[in-house]
Amino acid sequence: MNVFKDAGHLFRLAGIFVAGLLLFLVIRHSVIPKSFGQYGHYRGSAISEVAVRPVKFSGHQSCEACHADVLDKKKDGKHAHVNCEACHGPLAMHADDPGSVKPGKLDTAILCARCHEANAAKPKWFPQVASAEHSSGLPCDTCHQPHNPAMGVSGAK
Amino acid sequence: MNITRRHLLLLLPAAGVAWKYILAGTPEAAPNYKLSEHWWGMLIDLPKCIGCGNCVRACQAENDVPDGYYRTWVERYHVSDYDIENPQVDSPDGGKSGFTPVKEAGGKNFFVPKLCNHCADSPCTQVCPVGATFVSPDGVVLVDKEYCLGCRYCVQACPYGCRFINPRTNTAEKCTLCYHRITKGLTTACCESCPTGARQLADLKNPADPIHEFLKTHSVHVLKPSMATHAKVFYNEMDGSVR
Repeated sequence: MNVFKDAGHLFRLAGIFVAGLLLFLVIRHSVIPKSFGQYGHYRGSAISEVAVRPVKFSGHQSCEACHADVLDKKKDGKHAHVNCEACHGPLAMHADDPGSVKPGKLDTAILCARCHEANAAKPKWFPQVASAEHSSGLPCDTCHQPHNPAMGVSGAK
Repeated sequence: MNITRRHLLLLLPAAGVAWKYILAGTPEAAPNYKLSEHWWGMLIDLPKCIGCGNCVRACQAENDVPDGYYRTWVERYHVSDYDIENPQVDSPDGGKSGFTPVKEAGGKNFFVPKLCNHCADSPCTQVCPVGATFVSPDGVVLVDKEYCLGCRYCVQACPYGCRFINPRTNTAEKCTLCYHRITKGLTTACCESCPTGARQLADLKNPADPIHEFLKTHSVHVLKPSMATHAKVFYNEMDGSVR
């Protein structure tokens, strides 16, 4: 069997390959995160990492818990379905700690115009005014009560 | 005991298996939220959109979106007479500061809010070379910031232009459908702040969601249906000129 006389170094070479393969598998095992492939070709734990972000808008339900009086004013008016934070802004910090974080005072001359300034692209059903002609720059709450804006309702000035 | 080379070779794979568990952290379980029970989308009721820009501002506040970049934005369309293939579209600062009033512009004018369409077959996730972006089991297209290389392939792949590279982190960023809110039972920041209800979060797997009745009874479109992305942002009464 002259052919296999020097087979020894072939086995050594095969040994090196096997060792290399093992090393590859070990490294692959250690660098791929545990949750990779849990749901698909991505890190499953990335889902919960996105989900842990803190909330800035606390949501209408948390406003309702304390501000029943405002809800009462709003309920028959045209703004009944406008969420509090649509105008008052993100207030999760206020909802978490009502004592120390107070919402700022709003400037109705700017705030109301965001929605109600006349624009040809706005739907025709939506109440719009050209504020320069309508109120000559006066704040809207001079006449309208923002929580129930129609003229002549109780609370209107 | 003497550890020979042979012993060491036998020990290495075992050590490798153990190392994996040493490195990996335990993912935080969201209580009471089951991924398999939801399939999220959104309804945009176009005749209700007044272009106030509340959604754009709310999105920026909620998600810390850098100035000049938008996860959602509002476009104003102007179509003169019959030329519906060439609409004039503007979106100054994403509509964040509203739109300059045009008195009687003639033709047809309307607003179209845009955001990630959370496609079920999203082109952006298919091109990611490292598995950093994916459609979650509840139907939201998300980005894994730890894995993203910032190669911009997904930015080019999105047919709706909904992705950008965050200049602070140099990773791809996009609308998460306020994933941190919807998994806690809240609605998205844009829906919360929309004064007319033009935007509504929809859970397509929830049979009690009003979206099902709405889709049955209204003329609803998705953007670029020819791309076969299976978009899940539904536009009610969308004009044919909208791209």
